[in-house]
Order: sequence, then structure tokens, then C-alpha cells
Amino acid sequence: MKALELLTKPIFRNNPIALQILGICSALAVTSNLRVTLVMCVALTVVAGLSNFFVSIVRNHAPDNIRIIIQMTIIASLVIVVDETLKAVAYDISKQLSVFVGLIITNCIILGRTEAFALKNPPWPSFLDGIGNGLGYSVLLIGLATIRELFGSGTLLGYNIMPLAADGGWYVPNGMLLLPPSAFFLIGLFIWALRTWDKAQVEAPDFKIKSNTKPSGADYVPLTR
Amino acid sequence: MEHYLSLFIRSIFIENLALAFFLGMCTFLAVSKKVNAAFGLGVAVIVVQAITVPVNNFLYTYVLADGALAWAGLPDVNLSFLGLLTYIGVIAAMVQILEMVLDKYIPVLYNALGVFLPLITVNCAILGGSLFMVERHYNFAESVVFGAGSGVGWALAITALAGIREKLKYSDVPEGLQGLGITFIIVGLMSLGFMSFGGIDL
Repeated sequence: MKALELLTKPIFRNNPIALQILGICSALAVTSNLRVTLVMCVALTVVAGLSNFFVSIVRNHAPDNIRIIIQMTIIASLVIVVDETLKAVAYDISKQLSVFVGLIITNCIILGRTEAFALKNPPWPSFLDGIGNGLGYSVLLIGLATIRELFGSGTLLGYNIMPLAADGGWYVPNGMLLLPPSAFFLIGLFIWALRTWDKAQVEAPDFKIKSNTKPSGADYVPLTR
Repeated sequence: MEHYLSLFIRSIFIENLALAFFLGMCTFLAVSKKVNAAFGLGVAVIVVQAITVPVNNFLYTYVLADGALAWAGLPDVNLSFLGLLTYIGVIAAMVQILEMVLDKYIPVLYNALGVFLPLITVNCAILGGSLFMVERHYNFAESVVFGAGSGVGWALAITALAGIREKLKYSDVPEGLQGLGITFIIVGLMSLGFMSFGGIDL
């Protein structure tokens, strides 16, 4: 039961992107095309799981003051392995991902989880936590990419779903969805939906405007803090 | 000269690291609540970026690239697979050195930058700058210009966002959109605004 919880909790209840604001950097740039996104998700989940696993193994032997460097080295080595594998197996996709595979190193999800979880827990739960967070990241990215590719170019995974008006079909593609800003809008709306569903995640506002307070002499208080 | 100026302008506005490539987003969203803090972080990013990109370029050209070790009598060696590890190492070391130098010689700036300096090590914009430099085959002079320009672009974006967010806290935002949600939408609008620079060709 506990293992299942470790795996599933980060997917919705504690989603790394929507709630912990981690790992957004690459989340947006690779989502205009579903195939590229899937590869990125697999790469990140693998790195997240394995880096948590290895950091957890060395957690009792690594001195505290150089732990960041140790974690960075482990993560960077794993990313190099993933990068070289991608170049060998799927060269086209690795070209499209360009620098974003390398940027998995500085993806805050990875370092955040090794720092917050793997340093305090045994290898197996850490591995599951890494995979779970990778999946949480993947769910959001795949959702984004599906919307962006389907409505932006009428295809999914490169297959034609909605025939484009330019090719004699009926669908006029929404070009904005292929541009960078649309990813921000979609994530914003996703967060809105998630927080309407789970009220506990709503942030309290810093200020609140009172409804039409009437100015009345010395007691006049324009805004409440 | 014109080439470098064009590269500089392009890396600030058109290929803005934050708004066109989404790099450094985590810090971009987390530290943009106050203009002062955002500006401090922006300056730190400019400094680190302008140092690390050229240093990484130097290392890539003379140590890592295919055949780069020819000067040491090893023309067949290709160390480019060590790139990622090297860049992140250089960035971590540079940030550490910069921190010590500033602490010793320019304490005013050191205090102003405060906690932001160590944060920069894990800022994707810095590593992203170095990776773009390698991918686009910049030479040394170009990498200096690109490093400074992309740093300025990032600083500009975060300061502008902080300015908007400072005003935004007085507005009446729907409950679920409060905080993070509305910030994303604003960044989207800013990114749309920066895209209007796209047609400019110097």
C-alpha cells in the first residue's frame, strides 16, 4: 500500500509541476509535438528514478557538506547515458529535443527529490518516489502535448486526426498553440482546474479588497491588509 | 562589429532565454514577487552567464571537441560526451569562486546578491546558455556577446514580471487562479509580447 502511495501521490495530489513549481523549464519547450514529449518523459522518469536510487545508496557514506556535488555528479552521469542512448537510438528526436535532454541535469524535480526524499530514505522507496514524480511530470506534459499537437496541427504522433483546411479538410488549425506562449496559458488553466478540484491547494491572497467601504471620518480604512 | 551587435540584440529580445525557451523558469516564478529581489537575481545571472559561457566555450574548443586535444599530441581523442559533466562543474565552480571574490573585495555587491548566488548553480538558464553556445558553434567572441546578452535578456524578463506581480496583488483574481495560476498566464502574455520582436532582423 505504501509503495502504491509513493508512486501515485505525486501524480495528482502533489504534482511536481502544478504544485511544487518544479521542473517547469523543460515542461514547456518540448510539448508542441507528442512524440518528442513522450521521449522526454521517458528520459526524465528514468533519470528521476535512478538518481534517487543511487543517491539513496550512498546517502550514509557521503559527507553532508559535499552532498550537492555528489548528487550533481550522479545526475549528470545518468543524463549523459540517456543523452548518448538517444543519439544512438533516436537521432531525429534527440536533434529536436536539442539542449533539453542536457537540461534534465538542472531540472529541479530531480535535484529536489534527491535532496528532499532520497537522502532520508532507503533505496527502494526512493526509486519509487523518483518514478512517481517522473510520472507526475509526464501526465502534465502528455496532456499539454496532446492538446497542443491536436489543435495546433490536427495530428497526433504525426498521424492525421483532423484533416486541415489547407489540404482540403475542414479543420483550421490554431497556430498559436504551436507557439511558446500557449504552453503558459494551458498550464495556468490546468492549475486552475486542479485547484478547483482540490481546494486545499489554493494560495491565500496577500491583499483583499473590501467591498465598497464607506469613508466615514477618522474610522475610514480604505483597504484591509 | 555589426554581427556582434545583432547577436546581442537577438539574444536579449528575440531569443530571450526565459520567454522564448522557458529556461530558468523555476527561479523565474519563485523569485519574482518583489522587484528588488528580482533585479538582484537578474544582475547575478548576467555576471555568471557572461563568465561561464566563454569559459565553457574555451574548454569545449581546446579540450572537449572532436580533435580538440591536437595541441597536446592527441588528435584522435573526442571527449565531447563529457560535455554535460564539465559544464555543470564549471558553473558550480565559477559560482563558488565568484561568491568568494565578491565576499572579499566587493562586499556591497555580495550582500546585495545574498542567497541568489548559490541558487544560480541550478538555474537552467545558465546551463542552457552553455549548451546553446555549443549547439550553435559560437566562436569565443560570439560566446562572450551571447553570454552577456542572454543574461541581460533573462534579467529584463524577471524584473518586468516582478513589476507586474507587485501591482497584481491588489487585483481581484479568481480563487483557484490565485498565485501560481495567474502568474503563468501573465508570463504567457509577456512571452506573446516578446514574440513581436521576432520580425526584427538586424
